[in-house]
Amino acid sequence: MLNIIDVHKTFNKGTVNEKKALDGIDLHLNPGDFVTVIGGNGAGKSTMLNMIAGVYPIDQGTILLDGKDISDLPEHKRAYMLGRVFQDPMMGTAAGMEIQENMAMAHRRGKNRGLRWGITKSEKKLYKEKLAMLDLGLEDRLTSKVGLLSGGQRQALTLLMATLNKPSLLLLDEHTAALDPKTAKKVLELTEKIIARDSLTAMMVTHNMKDAIRIGNRLIMMNSGRIIYDVSGEEKKNLKVTDLLQKFEETSGEDFANDRMLLS
Amino acid sequence: MDLAVNMQSAIAQGTLWGIMALGVYITFRILDIPDLSCEGTFALGGCISAVMIVKGVNPFVSLVIALAAGMAAGAVTGFLHTKLKIPAILAGILTMIALYSVNIRIMGQPNTSLLGEDTAFTQAIDALKLDQTMATLLVGAVISIFVVLCIYWFCGTELGCALRATGNNEYMVRALGANTNTSKVIGLVISNGMISVSGALVGQSQGYGDIKMGTGAIVIGLASIVIGEVIFGKRFNFMYILASVVFGSVIYRMIISLVLYMGLSTDDMKLFTALVVALALGIPAIKSRYSQKRIPGKGGNTAC
Repeated sequence: MLNIIDVHKTFNKGTVNEKKALDGIDLHLNPGDFVTVIGGNGAGKSTMLNMIAGVYPIDQGTILLDGKDISDLPEHKRAYMLGRVFQDPMMGTAAGMEIQENMAMAHRRGKNRGLRWGITKSEKKLYKEKLAMLDLGLEDRLTSKVGLLSGGQRQALTLLMATLNKPSLLLLDEHTAALDPKTAKKVLELTEKIIARDSLTAMMVTHNMKDAIRIGNRLIMMNSGRIIYDVSGEEKKNLKVTDLLQKFEETSGEDFANDRMLLS
Repeated sequence: MDLAVNMQSAIAQGTLWGIMALGVYITFRILDIPDLSCEGTFALGGCISAVMIVKGVNPFVSLVIALAAGMAAGAVTGFLHTKLKIPAILAGILTMIALYSVNIRIMGQPNTSLLGEDTAFTQAIDALKLDQTMATLLVGAVISIFVVLCIYWFCGTELGCALRATGNNEYMVRALGANTNTSKVIGLVISNGMISVSGALVGQSQGYGDIKMGTGAIVIGLASIVIGEVIFGKRFNFMYILASVVFGSVIYRMIISLVLYMGLSTDDMKLFTALVVALALGIPAIKSRYSQKRIPGKGGNTAC
């Protein structure tokens, strides 16, 4: 499935702002793994996801996805294997385009785009069915501009778009962090539902430790660009938030308990 | 009577300039890139077409050559912007400046007269027994409608959707597996091709090609777009919006014609245009400033 081998990344190398974002990441994902990723600010969680997606080139190491070396592929050429949802609800959709046009773009993820129609009649029916599943009433607003939707609606739509064509790997980068608690809960439920239904392999960065323990079959904790804790199965299920905090302090010698972590 | 004649001529000219405004619309509104190379490509079209006609090439064939040359110029801007990572506005300026020399090279002199030569308009006049204004209007309207239909069709295709989305949200487009650089280059190529054709038509209609004929083209294009938006609004479908750009160009020409008739010096024209565009682009900001005024209530004390 996904194989990350000794990946390093340093931003602003050789300047005063030098920041070692990833410091030798090794990670192997099995098909069907649903991994939650936690760690303090600047631990390298988002950077790891961005490296897999190809947002920036890596300095060293190899990333294999489905046995294919994607380390040097540009972002748009990896996209056919990856579904992505970002923290910022504005980032996953095009505000000035219709809901159905956004979905049509997603439906053609990774395919060659030519002079065929950007959206066909039969697709519209499919999109309507898919949108109905969200239970947000969007199925009756196919031609509405996405800019008119709320942050939660846009995030739900982005999630639907990311999974419209089954991705090899779904990357969720704190995709509920910018939403109000009620909406965040709804989007999270939807995420679990879709991942279970399509038996997707997924990585989800979160700041909510309870969610991280409850959801998925595996949990990894990161600090200073390294994976410091990797737990799955029964052991993960029996974890408590206090265990995670303790684990963090043990391995990093730092205090993990920033406000955002404790409150969430 | 004199004003009526001026207006008719302005309407006809507006359709020719409308093609340029549509080109500016693609970069400025759809791709969200302010592309200044259009000043150079507009003159490029006019110069190439004028030289070819003098050399005896069919005026309609010269339009096709102007189209190709404009597209090539757009590709240069695209290369500078996407491959060499030069900011879009600077990439456009570089192409514009370079084209100034290129245009002189093409003509071998700063301008080329088409006096007594066969142009697209003289052919239309001869073939259909029209007067100058009607011939201009006919050629301009036919080509404008054709261009509007082409853009409408293209924006509905997969490539066109990717191009529109690129102007909206590049992150999303890359995440969905389309190359945003390709979209930008395609947009710049199409836009500059159209602008060059417009320059060729304007050159043929005014009877000469001149290296300075593109000066202020971007502002005129913006003026047309903004006037179209203000008067016709963003209603109905995309076709209506595209048509409103051409109508905006026609109305712009009529305004120019009117203020000139009323005695404004041609030297002050560019200043006048700049003011119109600045005002039109500033309207949303001015509007929101006045509409956001806080309503005095219990919480505020206006006395202090």
